[in-house]
Amino acid sequence: MTVAASEAYGRGRFARARRGYDGVVLAVPVTVPYQRYSIEAAPWWMGKALRALSEGAGISHREFDGFSVASFTMGPDVAIGLTQHFGLSPRHIDHVPMGGAAGIVSIRRAARAVQAGDADIVACVAADTNRVDSFRHLLAGFSRFSQDAVYPYGAGGANGSFALIARHYMDTYGARREDFGKLCVAQRDNALKNPNALMKKPLTLDQYMSARPIAEPLHLFDCVMPCAGAEAFLVMREETAQELGLPFVRLLSAIERHNAFSEDPVQVRGGWVVDRDELYGMAGVEPSDLDFVQTYDDYPVISMMQFEDLGFCGKGEGANFVRSNTFTIDGTIPHNTSGGQLSVGQAGAAGGHLGITEAMRQLLGTAGGTQVKDAELGIVSGFGMINYDRGLASAAAILARP
Amino acid sequence: MTEPLPKPKRKNPLARTNQPLLPPSSRSRKAHGFTRAAAHGRFMLQRCDECGQYTYPTRDACPNCLSSNLPFRDAPASGTLLSETQIGVTSDPYYRERMPWRAGLVKLDCGPTVVAHLHGDCGGPGSLLTLSLQLDRAGQAVFFGKPLSETPHMEDDRQLRELTADPKHRRILLTDGRSSLAPPLVQALKKAGAAKIFVGIADRWKPFDGRAALEIIEGVELVDLDLTSERSVQDLAKDIGAKVDILINTADHVRQVHLFDAGAAASARDTLDHTLMGLMRLAQAFGPVVRSRGADGVNSAAAWVNVLSVHALSSVPQFGIHSASQAACLSLSQWLRHELRQGGVRLMNAFAGPLDAEWFQTVPPPKLAPKTLADAIVDGLKRGLEDLYVGDVAKDLEARLLDNPKAVEREAGQ
Repeated sequence: MTVAASEAYGRGRFARARRGYDGVVLAVPVTVPYQRYSIEAAPWWMGKALRALSEGAGISHREFDGFSVASFTMGPDVAIGLTQHFGLSPRHIDHVPMGGAAGIVSIRRAARAVQAGDADIVACVAADTNRVDSFRHLLAGFSRFSQDAVYPYGAGGANGSFALIARHYMDTYGARREDFGKLCVAQRDNALKNPNALMKKPLTLDQYMSARPIAEPLHLFDCVMPCAGAEAFLVMREETAQELGLPFVRLLSAIERHNAFSEDPVQVRGGWVVDRDELYGMAGVEPSDLDFVQTYDDYPVISMMQFEDLGFCGKGEGANFVRSNTFTIDGTIPHNTSGGQLSVGQAGAAGGHLGITEAMRQLLGTAGGTQVKDAELGIVSGFGMINYDRGLASAAAILARP
Repeated sequence: MTEPLPKPKRKNPLARTNQPLLPPSSRSRKAHGFTRAAAHGRFMLQRCDECGQYTYPTRDACPNCLSSNLPFRDAPASGTLLSETQIGVTSDPYYRERMPWRAGLVKLDCGPTVVAHLHGDCGGPGSLLTLSLQLDRAGQAVFFGKPLSETPHMEDDRQLRELTADPKHRRILLTDGRSSLAPPLVQALKKAGAAKIFVGIADRWKPFDGRAALEIIEGVELVDLDLTSERSVQDLAKDIGAKVDILINTADHVRQVHLFDAGAAASARDTLDHTLMGLMRLAQAFGPVVRSRGADGVNSAAAWVNVLSVHALSSVPQFGIHSASQAACLSLSQWLRHELRQGGVRLMNAFAGPLDAEWFQTVPPPKLAPKTLADAIVDGLKRGLEDLYVGDVAKDLEARLLDNPKAVEREAGQ
């Protein structure tokens, strides 16, 4: 390899300054309320989401000339097949099979498409169904590396893999279960104000601590509940939103980075670290300017890593950061204000879109019971695809009230 | 510290027999490089032939230099435990019955990080481990981590026992008590903790050397078994079939006949009746019950062993009919392996060179001492192997066949 080690990450030697996302906006956040199990297929949920987008925008879905879809359960269909299913005729089409990073990745791609005029209105849809036995099949066949080298070892699925990451993180940095519990309890508090959350009962730290083990050190409330559901939003140019009379939020900056730090023997950081200076630089803001944080919370240890990797504290300081802050809607760091996946449910690939639609509502002032007072600026983060021993995809975006 | 495995209680005849389930068995084709290594008890990883880097999980291109030249090579099996978990909940039915399950992330000294099953005696993160490749109940290769040095009753670890066919507390059937292999095999199995050894004898009225020695060993029971008689095989299966946890087919039939001899076809039929058809009769009578008992507690059915001549793999003219019969047995053995795997029961083929016994009187050394073969079989069961090449002749032939099978063919009989 001729690429110097110093260039292996971050900006390559051919890099030049990235163009901003000027004039790119997001509108019409849609959540199709989740169900624990569904007898319907993924396209049923996508159809619901598309209809809600169309009604929300006040135009026919045939006017969406961009279509970006994320789903684990849409097989054997691909995005192109779904255009026929839904009567779409797009000129920008995208299938973003990146799990929890799919939402932000679709924003990035859609943003460039509308900026360049390749599309005017991109419908970004994530939907998954959850049949009684479908999660087992998803785990068993998740990836070749997982099938060959992870699933045969106790078949713990993502829980087993993140248990290894969590145990190592705890051993290395001194995080305790109580610290993870604090995040989970705060999110449950938030979820009680969100009518769409599947979890309806309060959670105490005692309940968190005494919950049954799932894969040590993970216990029941460290794990998301797989469910069926859909999340969606529209990406367009500001002028289009104004023409349609739609309230919108601005995209200030967005990053993605995949398979970063592959030399770390166990994952202790994600790709955000590589590009976060650019994330904040492009947006012209600092972490302390943000009014709320929506992390990707498939497990609280991953949220803790994001606090570090997104610059809220240094590496290894996540536990202390959690101890010295509060994370409810009225907390010092309003975090996963919808309740997050841990308390709303994880609708497959829609899990990464959940933070986006919630962030949009916060900035549009339509978050209802979960509204953070005077929210003007927020960050949303995505993470996904535990292909073998670590999550490969990481992404983040900063959104602002106009 | 591993608790010694308690002797199983007598089975309640009214209790339902647990149905065998298999661990997840989907693998990419490349991953079967590990299947081969595990079947032979070797520790191998993909290593790039261009840049020398070991890689895992199995890939089709080297992540360091993108070479597609990634053969499986013997690799150092030591590493350090980085992290571990006890999985308590799974949606997989096999593991669900076996929760909690200990697994960990191991950094191999040669580079890659592997997820491995962990022996109960392994220390926590930071401990040094030795890894092995084992075949699981589905016949698929998995990594198993254990402490660097032996611990008491190590073989009784419940996760390890899923990956072996250890004779401890198990009941064995040897099909041919007249074989020179029988006495040392009985001794080796006893030493390994076998609970009971049935030894099949055809025509019990005919005396043979070693009978007295067999009879006086505690836990040995001589039983009528004539592999050339369907009735005899069926009768024995009805009698003891549900009590056979490991079946070791030691039957052989060696006659030196020239291909052009007038009686060659009749001799061949006779040999095939004892060997191929004998195995077929055994498979039909014992196969179904053995397969159904793959998850029947501490003394579940665990393995079926076929002792074969290494000339099953390539004919040797002096023993042409024998070679042909052994080749046929090998083929049948692969079929039987497929059937037994569905019950989580492993099939081990022990390929041997000529034994130092009467029927190979004319063969020059090196010849294989029956005790060496017996010890190798028991060792193979304890390690959960699938193919054994025992003795210098068998190992030599295996290596030469890998190198150039045509050379083996031309040089045979010279």
